[in-house]
Amino acid sequence: MSHFQSKIQVGSDSFQQNRADMLAFVEKMRSLERRAADKSEERRARFEERGQLSPRERLAALLDPGMPFLELFNMASYLVDDTNPETSLPGGSMITGIGFVSGVRSLVFVDDSGINAGASTAMSVEKALGCLDIALKQKLPFIHCVESAGANLMAYTVGLWARGGGMFAGLAKLSAAGIPTVTILHGPSTAGGAYQPGMSDYVIGVKKNGMAMLAGAALVKAATGEVAKDHELGGAEMHASVTGLVEYLAEDDAHGIEIAREVVGRLNWNDRVRDHPAKDFIEPAQSSDEIAGVVPVNYRKPYDVREVMARLVDGSDLLAFKPDYGPATVCVQASIFGRACGLIGNNGPIDPNGATKAAQFFQLCDQADMPIIFLNNTTGYMVGKVYEHAGMIKHGSKMIQAVTNVRVPKISLYIGASFGAGNYGMCGHAFDPDFLFTWPSAQTGVMGGEQAAGTMEQVMVNSAKRKGIEVDAEKMAKQKAAITAHFDRQSDAFYTSGHLLDHGMIDPRDTRKVLGFCLETCAEARSRHLSPNSFGIARM
Amino acid sequence: MTVTKINKVLIANRGEIALRIMKTAQTVGIKTVAIYTEADAGSPHQAFADQAVLIGEGPVADSYLNSDKIIAAAIDCGADAIHPGYGFMSERSDFAQACKEAGLIFIGPSPQDIELMGNKAAAKRKMIEAGVPCVPGYEGEDQSPDAFKQAAKSIGFPLMVKAAAGGGGKGMRLVESEDELATGLELARSEAENAFGNGELILEKAITRPRHVEVQIFADRLGNTLHLGERDCSVQRRHQKVVEEAPCPVLTSDLRSTMGQVAVESAKSIAYEGAGTVEFLLAEDSSFYFLEMNTRLQVEHPVTEEITGRDLVALQFAVAEGRALGFEQSDVTLSGHAIEVRLYAEDPEQDFLPQTGDVKDWQTSKDLDVRTDEGIQTGQNLSPFYDPMLAKIIAYGDDREEARHSLIKGLKDTWLFGVKTNRDFLIEILENETFAEGQATTAFLQEEFGDRKNGKEETAVRAKIVAAALLYFSLQENSLEKSAGVSETLLGWGSPGFLISQLKLSQNGDVHTVSVRQEAPDGVTISLEQGSSYVEYLEDALRIDGTKVVIKSFLHDEDDLYFALDATTHHFRHVKAVSLLEAGGSSGQITAPMHGNIMEITASVGSKIKAGERLAVLEAMKMQHELIADHDGVVSEIYMAAGSQVKAGDLLISIALNEE
Repeated sequence: MSHFQSKIQVGSDSFQQNRADMLAFVEKMRSLERRAADKSEERRARFEERGQLSPRERLAALLDPGMPFLELFNMASYLVDDTNPETSLPGGSMITGIGFVSGVRSLVFVDDSGINAGASTAMSVEKALGCLDIALKQKLPFIHCVESAGANLMAYTVGLWARGGGMFAGLAKLSAAGIPTVTILHGPSTAGGAYQPGMSDYVIGVKKNGMAMLAGAALVKAATGEVAKDHELGGAEMHASVTGLVEYLAEDDAHGIEIAREVVGRLNWNDRVRDHPAKDFIEPAQSSDEIAGVVPVNYRKPYDVREVMARLVDGSDLLAFKPDYGPATVCVQASIFGRACGLIGNNGPIDPNGATKAAQFFQLCDQADMPIIFLNNTTGYMVGKVYEHAGMIKHGSKMIQAVTNVRVPKISLYIGASFGAGNYGMCGHAFDPDFLFTWPSAQTGVMGGEQAAGTMEQVMVNSAKRKGIEVDAEKMAKQKAAITAHFDRQSDAFYTSGHLLDHGMIDPRDTRKVLGFCLETCAEARSRHLSPNSFGIARM
Repeated sequence: MTVTKINKVLIANRGEIALRIMKTAQTVGIKTVAIYTEADAGSPHQAFADQAVLIGEGPVADSYLNSDKIIAAAIDCGADAIHPGYGFMSERSDFAQACKEAGLIFIGPSPQDIELMGNKAAAKRKMIEAGVPCVPGYEGEDQSPDAFKQAAKSIGFPLMVKAAAGGGGKGMRLVESEDELATGLELARSEAENAFGNGELILEKAITRPRHVEVQIFADRLGNTLHLGERDCSVQRRHQKVVEEAPCPVLTSDLRSTMGQVAVESAKSIAYEGAGTVEFLLAEDSSFYFLEMNTRLQVEHPVTEEITGRDLVALQFAVAEGRALGFEQSDVTLSGHAIEVRLYAEDPEQDFLPQTGDVKDWQTSKDLDVRTDEGIQTGQNLSPFYDPMLAKIIAYGDDREEARHSLIKGLKDTWLFGVKTNRDFLIEILENETFAEGQATTAFLQEEFGDRKNGKEETAVRAKIVAAALLYFSLQENSLEKSAGVSETLLGWGSPGFLISQLKLSQNGDVHTVSVRQEAPDGVTISLEQGSSYVEYLEDALRIDGTKVVIKSFLHDEDDLYFALDATTHHFRHVKAVSLLEAGGSSGQITAPMHGNIMEITASVGSKIKAGERLAVLEAMKMQHELIADHDGVVSEIYMAAGSQVKAGDLLISIALNEE
């Protein structure tokens, strides 16, 4: 046992201040989530009128009561389609996450048809691709509650259309990998969307409301002059008996979901998992709830990342790896929910020793088949003559190379700053983390806004010097402010999360649970035996 | 007198009384033979016996009431005696006679005494002759309306019209005034004819709000006739005893010995042998009247056993063997108090309609001062062929209050899941103030529970909350079990900050939607139409808005939820989609709602029918049930013939649905 001795005074002024600041960020996240839920709820009357469940009711009915649920991409689209922070809706008109259906860990995907009738947003395609990717990596059955008006023609972009095909490719890949895909047609699924049921292994069609067609009545009339009702063109009843697109016909939404639950239950999916038991464990000596008071929301204020680690790992028991070598880069061995893992965090920028230590640590984790958890709080790799001479590029590269190629699960968290190549070495977005979540207070980018502005200032001063002219102080101040704002706006967690540069935003106090859930998910996937096939299941 | 040792006895009965008799037989070294039917196969009385003989399918006429089969069975297995228990063959003099002729000992009085006492009019005449006080009345052989009119006038109103051959409240009518007399006679006569095959009637002065007090007597062949004190069986519903106790709470020792003496004299007057019960009405002014004499072991005999410390069945065997009782009247001492309740498979919410079905869980009290005479077990099917009485729960105490409290506790520790019972109703009776004060008369149940509401609103809401919470946590547990491993610390957690589930529960056909929001690992907010409650999950209990509610037992069987709270038991169904209920309800597949006999088929193959139209009539538990078309359509198939016996759930008729 290497029990970590916390130096944090719970209840001290700074603890209280940190906590208040952090909870304000959490409240901002929750209020945005509520904004989307409330918006969707405005359409409740329409759902009731049609005898339907609302999207959130569908999700509640689909998931096993009381089983954990990890939402994915909860901030998707925030500040993307609508750049006004006061009105922009997060979620991208979809509610997605990992939850349990008939005891099966599944990727659930519910179209939020309460918002613009489920019409896709600029980030919808990327969110769907992200979910399909996680389902494939984590071997999760993919269950989609479909009701979507399709794409808003005014928001059409050729890029979206081109990328959109990936949604169907993703379904085909899942099917071929031996991972079942299930679609419940609650409402219309038209045009490209019609391939959603077409590409699914199991389709449940809800009578009256469920529909799938390449072109609705309006388009058919325009294209060929044929007069047909939507229901005739693609009603669930028609598909169940005429085309065979629908396997199971449901009386209503609740019945459709019940059928989906039965279909998943009948897979005996968990018979094909080798035991991956977790060891017995005890909760951290310091409550994870205290994390909110431990970490200042301003990344410039230093703190010891081990204080965070101690609140995440079982029994606050952590073994420091090379603590005195490159000490700002903190590597520890510990376990979470009884699952051994390596954790890396930053007490400042990464120096050459820190980089080599990290590279070695990653390789050791890989050798021991131990997942790695990255707690990003770094302003980047050290710069300056001393560090360049010490081979910062070379050593940093080793770290980036190691992080790219380790074969063990990688779970990244943006808990503070994650700047520059430090983000790369700490398993940022481009390094295929199995899971990547952000705290609402985090900042990511090539550098901080002030730093960028400072760089610009130096460039301007030097240029002026060369030209022998006076620096226009007013112009430079304006320029600095503009650059700071330009960088800061983009480094804000709500912006990056809205742009899908992570898998979602979480309450920092939930971090241990999120990590535990992700570690379980990865462990389950890696002990699961699939029966892949070459082409996926063809719909007959 | 010679003593004839009984070596093997056939018990011509079933259920709790068959078991009760066999247990004593075992202790006194007599081998036991059970008779059973296909419907009773595997039942406890069959399993317990040394030998068991199958004597029929299910209906009693062909089995437990078939004298020839029973006697043949006894002879085949070499039994030398037959114990009839109560009901069935116990008071059939022809059966007693047939036993005698077959060389079998019938455990009971002589056929003559059975016949005499079985006819109320004759019995009463005999008792009047013997100087036993009787309710003023008319028991003449002249059954003409004029004779009754004359007699009624001299007795005065109100009066009771009773079947002379009656028992169990059948063929009994209260007549308040002269103009009701003719109708009363007519109804009583037709009931008497149906029930007993004998329309002879008697009249009796109606004693208002009397107590039913009966004296247990015992007589051996050596001339020793004595009594074992009385039982108060005033708590009756439609003349069916529900609660019985000994001693009677208002009897003085003087009155006790007077009534006991009268009972003994009446038995002696007919040279009675064995166990018998002389029933009296005890009026408010302490006057008492002979009612009838039962020539058998009574259902409620255990309360007498509890306060006298004597095994009445053992005494029956002794007398039947020709031995002496072995004690005198002066040796009989009554100590303490005992109360018995009868547990019935019936639904108090639906006018006590008998219930059938599978026993999903049956638990009895383990308290030492609580005795359960039972004849059922978990997994058994309760068929419609037999009496719905399932068990008797008896508690003993040093005094009445102690016995009453023990019995309440004993009942709270007793539950049956799967079939509705009157358990909760029994607890309500025992907790009723009038009963607690020992003031219950035969009018008690009608007066206090006559317009019994279907439970209190508050209790109903609480039951819904409990049902939702138990279902929620049970579903969570099921999912956890089926999963490939989830840390328990993650249960109830969702990254959006909460988890919401919507559950639909049906109770007596009403569907309630309940939303459950998990707020803490063991805490949920449950919202229903009546508002929200915070529920914490504890070991064997829930805390609802701060108040602890003990869950005595909980069973989640497929989609059925059964649970027992302190004094109430509940059944809910988890409805996964309401449309499924509706779809199931109009499938055009008509199934038997319960076991029974098809009386009549009104539909024919090919006939066009409308939803709501009658298709057939099923008789079960002596009640007729109409089978109704649930859909417009054409009758496509009829799977049974009139007169055939069907099981619950059997497909009877198919209707081809009219497509739009």
